[in-house]
Amino acid sequence: MASELNRLTITEARERLRRREISARELTRACLDRIAAVEPRVNAFITVSASEAMAQAEDADRRLARGDAPDLCGIPLGIKDIYCTRGVRTTCASKILGDFTPPFDATAVERLRAAGAVFVGKANLDEFAMGSSTENSAFGPTRNPHDLERVAGGSSGGSAAAVAADECLAALGTDTGGSIRLPASFCGVVGIKPTYSRVSRYGVIAYASSLDQVGPFARSVRDAAAVLRVVAGADPRDSTCSARPVPDYERALTGEVRGMRIGVPREYFVEGMDAAVEAAVRRSLKQLQAMGARTVEISLPHTGYAVAAYYLIATAEASANLARYDGVRYGMRAAADNNIELYNRTRAQGFGAEVKRRIMLGTFALSAGYYDAYYLKGQKVRTLIRRDFERAFQSCDLIAAPVAPTTAFRLGEKTDDPLKMYLSDIFTISVNLAGLPGMSVPCGADASRMPIGLQLIGPPFGEEAILRAGDAWERAGGFMQTAPQL
Amino acid sequence: MGARGRLYADGAAALETHANGSVKAMNNDAYEMVIGLEVHAHMLTRSKLFCGCTTDFGAPPNHNVCPVCMAMPGVLPVLNRHVLELAIRTGLAAHCKIEPHSVFARKSYFYPDLPKGYQISQYDQPLCSGGYIELPPRANGEPKRIRLVRIHLEEDAGKNIHAESASLVDFNRSGVPLMEIVSEPDIRSAEEAVDYLRQLRGILVAAGASDGKMEEGSLRCDVNVSVRARGATELGARTEIKNLNSFRFVEKAIAYEVNRQIEEISAGRRIAQETHLWDPEREVTRPMRSKEFANDYRYFPEPDLPPLIVPSDLVESIRTTMPEMPAERRARYVRDFGLTAYVVGVLTQEQDRTEKFEELLADLTKRNPGEDIKILAKKAADFVVTEMVRKSNETAQPLSSISVSVSGLILSANIQRLISAATVKEIFHGPQISLQEAENKIKEYAQVSDEAAIAEACDKVLAAESAKLAEYRAGRDKLYGFFVGAVMKAMGGKGNPKVVNEVLRRKLAG
Repeated sequence: MASELNRLTITEARERLRRREISARELTRACLDRIAAVEPRVNAFITVSASEAMAQAEDADRRLARGDAPDLCGIPLGIKDIYCTRGVRTTCASKILGDFTPPFDATAVERLRAAGAVFVGKANLDEFAMGSSTENSAFGPTRNPHDLERVAGGSSGGSAAAVAADECLAALGTDTGGSIRLPASFCGVVGIKPTYSRVSRYGVIAYASSLDQVGPFARSVRDAAAVLRVVAGADPRDSTCSARPVPDYERALTGEVRGMRIGVPREYFVEGMDAAVEAAVRRSLKQLQAMGARTVEISLPHTGYAVAAYYLIATAEASANLARYDGVRYGMRAAADNNIELYNRTRAQGFGAEVKRRIMLGTFALSAGYYDAYYLKGQKVRTLIRRDFERAFQSCDLIAAPVAPTTAFRLGEKTDDPLKMYLSDIFTISVNLAGLPGMSVPCGADASRMPIGLQLIGPPFGEEAILRAGDAWERAGGFMQTAPQL
Repeated sequence: MGARGRLYADGAAALETHANGSVKAMNNDAYEMVIGLEVHAHMLTRSKLFCGCTTDFGAPPNHNVCPVCMAMPGVLPVLNRHVLELAIRTGLAAHCKIEPHSVFARKSYFYPDLPKGYQISQYDQPLCSGGYIELPPRANGEPKRIRLVRIHLEEDAGKNIHAESASLVDFNRSGVPLMEIVSEPDIRSAEEAVDYLRQLRGILVAAGASDGKMEEGSLRCDVNVSVRARGATELGARTEIKNLNSFRFVEKAIAYEVNRQIEEISAGRRIAQETHLWDPEREVTRPMRSKEFANDYRYFPEPDLPPLIVPSDLVESIRTTMPEMPAERRARYVRDFGLTAYVVGVLTQEQDRTEKFEELLADLTKRNPGEDIKILAKKAADFVVTEMVRKSNETAQPLSSISVSVSGLILSANIQRLISAATVKEIFHGPQISLQEAENKIKEYAQVSDEAAIAEACDKVLAAESAKLAEYRAGRDKLYGFFVGAVMKAMGGKGNPKVVNEVLRRKLAG
C-alpha cells in the first residue's frame, strides 16, 4: 500500500526497491507527504528539502534501473541540522546561523550521498546540540509523536521524532552526552552512538569536540547497523578519526546471545527513577537471560561525578568552538560601529539562553586561576570514569542499563531548571566521557504508553556486541512499539 | 655601547641610534640591559598548517582560502607533515631537544582576523625545547651562545585592512605555518640582538625552514627588554615590544626602550610590565592600550588534534639529511682555511656572502692548481667581504648578481702576479664586463700597467749590454730594435710595446 511506504524499514525498502516493486520516487514522495501531514504538529524538521530529495530519488531510480545501486540507494533519511550539507541551509537550530548555507558536505553526509541515500530534510535539535529536550531550538520545540504535549528528548529530538513519526526511514543524529540515546529512548526508536573516533566529525558543527560523535536513528537495530556501516571509517579530514577497518555490522547480527556476559551497573538503578523504567529494563534483562546470556552485577563507582565533569569539559570546549560565530564571515551580523560592539551584539542576539549559559560556564572553567580547579579536574574525573569501564569490561562483554531515569517529560517541565534538565543525561554522559559505544533499543512503555529505552554499552569498538544483543532481543519479540497516533 | 655611535663593527650597515634625539646617552656603567627575543618565522611550505591552501603571497584577497582556514562550522584541522619536518630540522640545527610528545592548544581571543576565535598553537608542551644559537665573535672577542627556551608551531592569522568606510579582512594568510623561536634573556646589547637575528636567520635559511626575508614579513620579532643595575642577578620588570619587522627597528626600539627605562628608574619611577608598540615614524615605543591585547587566552589542549608523536627514527632520518649549519661552517673555515674567527663571522653573516665565498674559492682553486688553499681562501674571503659587498652596496644590486668567474679570473691574475691589487680593484669596480673582455683587460693591464717592471727590465738589459749601449749612444740608431727585443725577452713577451718604447727611449737617452 503506497501510503504506507514511509513506514518500511530500510531492510524491507531495500529489497522492494531492488526488486523494482517500488520506486525511490514513490518512497520519497510517501515520506514527503507524511512530512507535510504531520510537521505542523511534530516540528521534527527545520528545513524540508523536497525538491532536492525528489531529484536524488530520480537519480536513485536510474541507478536501480542500471542495477548498480549502492547500499542505501533510494532510502529517504533525515539529517540533523548540525551536519553541513552542500547547498542546503544548515542552522544548528540557532539564529546565528539562520541563513548559513555551507559550500561543503560533512563527511558522513558525503558518504550517505555516495551510498545513494535521499535527504528529505534537516532535523530539529537543541541549539548547537545543547539540551536534552529539543526545546532550545530557535525554530521551536520538536514534539514527541507519541504525545504532542511531551518532549522528544534532545538534542537530536528532530531526528528521533522524524523516524518515530514515519517521516523518513532513518536519520542521522549526534551524541555528546546522550543526544542520540535519550531521544531514541523517549521516541521509541533505535539510536546508536558509536565509539568516539569511529565516525568522522568533519562537517559536524562542533559542540564539544572530544565528546561529539555521529550516529544513526532507525526503526530496527539492523537498519541502524546498515547506516552506521556506511558512515563509519577513516577520514583524512579528521585527525581524531580511527583508521581501524569497519566491520560488516549486519553480519554480526547472528541472533545469538548465548554465553554473552551482560554487566548490570548498580549505580544505574537509583532512587527516584521511574518504577516503570526500572521494571522494563529488568524485564528485558530477564528475557536476555532466558535467551542464554548471563548477567553480572558490576560497579562503576565514579558515575556520580560524570555530570559535573561533563559540564566542565563540554562547556570549556564549546566556549572555544562557538567563538567563530562573530558576525565577521558568515551567518548573522548585528549592526555595530566597531569590533567589540559587533561581537557583543551579534552574539547577544544570535545565541539562545542555554548556549550563552554554557559559553559562560566554559569560559569560566578555562579562566586563569581556575583551569586547574575546573577543566583539569574534570579531565582527571574523566580518566577515572574510563578506568571504571575498563575494569568492568574485564568481567562482562557489554553493559545494560536504562537510558534515562524517566520517560519523556512534558514540554516546559524542566526549562526553568537547568540542573534538573542536565540530570536527564545522568545515565548517558559517562559513556561519552569514556568514548564508548552505546545504543538505545525500545524495551517497554510506561502507563501513559510513553516509550522506554534499554541502553547497551560496549567496550571501545565493541559496536558488534551491542548490535548483536540488541538485534537478538528484537528478534525474540523485543518490544512492539505502538505506532504514534498522529 | 653608547646610545650614539657605530653599532656594526664590520661597517656593513653602520647606523646611528638617535632615538628621537631627545634621549640622553645611557650610563653604561651603572646599568645592564637584559633582552630576550621571540621570533615568528613563516615556514617554507607550499600549503598551510592545517589545510591544503597554498601559502603563496600576492594573490587577490581571500583567494587562498577554504572552509578550514575560513573557520566554517564543523571543519577540522589536519597537520601538514612537511611543517613537522621543517620544524624538526630547525630544532636540530639549533641544538634543541626534539620532544617525542608535544601538544597543540587553543589560544582564545577575539579579533576579526582570527577566524576561529582561537589560534592553534603549542603551549606548555612544545615540539622543541632547549638548544642555543651561537654568535660569531665580534672583533677580538669570543663566540657567545644565546640559549633557547623553545621552538613551537602555530598558525598565522589573517590581515585586517582598514578602508575608509569599513574594515575588511583578508584570510589568505590565515593558517600559514609559523615557528615561534623563544630565546632566554641572554642578550646584552642591541647589536647582540641583531647578531642573534642574523644567526637565527642563517640557520632557518640553511635548514630550508624559512626564506628569512624580514622585509617581506617572513620573520617578525617581539623583544622583551629590561634593565638592571650592573652586577644584579634579579631581572627587572620588562616591557615587550611587539611586531618589529626589520633589524633596524629591532636595534632602534631596543636603544629607545633601554634609555627610556633607565630614565624612568633614574627618576625613581617603576617600570610597568606592559606591552609596547614600536612607532617607526616617530621612532619611539608606546604602550598598547589594554584593549589591544587580551590578557587571558584560556589555553587548553586542542581536542581536534591528537598529541603530536615524533618517533625517534624520524628525527634520526632527518638528522642524516641536515646540511652544514652556519656555526659548523664557521668552525670549518677557521680550521681548514686558517681564516680569523672575525673574518669568518663577517663572511657568514649573510647566506649570499657565504655562497659567493664558496663559489669564488672553487673558481680560484681551479685556476691556480697547486696553490696553497689557505692563501686562496684568504684572498677569496677578503674579496667577498670588501670588494663584492662594496660593489653590491654601491650598485644596489644583490651580491648574487656579481660574476664569480670574472672575479676569479682577475683575482687569479693578481695571484699570478700579472696585475697588481690596485688593478684588480680598478677592473672589478669598473663597468660590468664579460669574461672575454676581462681576459683582454688583464692582458692589457699586464702589459701597460706595470711601468716600474718595464723600467726594471730596461735597466737590467742596459746594464748587461753596456757595450751596445755605448754604440747606440754614439749614434748607431739601428741598435734600438735590438734593445726592444731584449727587454721584451726579459719580460717574457708581456711588455706593452708602447710603454716599453717610451721607457726604453727615455732610458737610452740617459
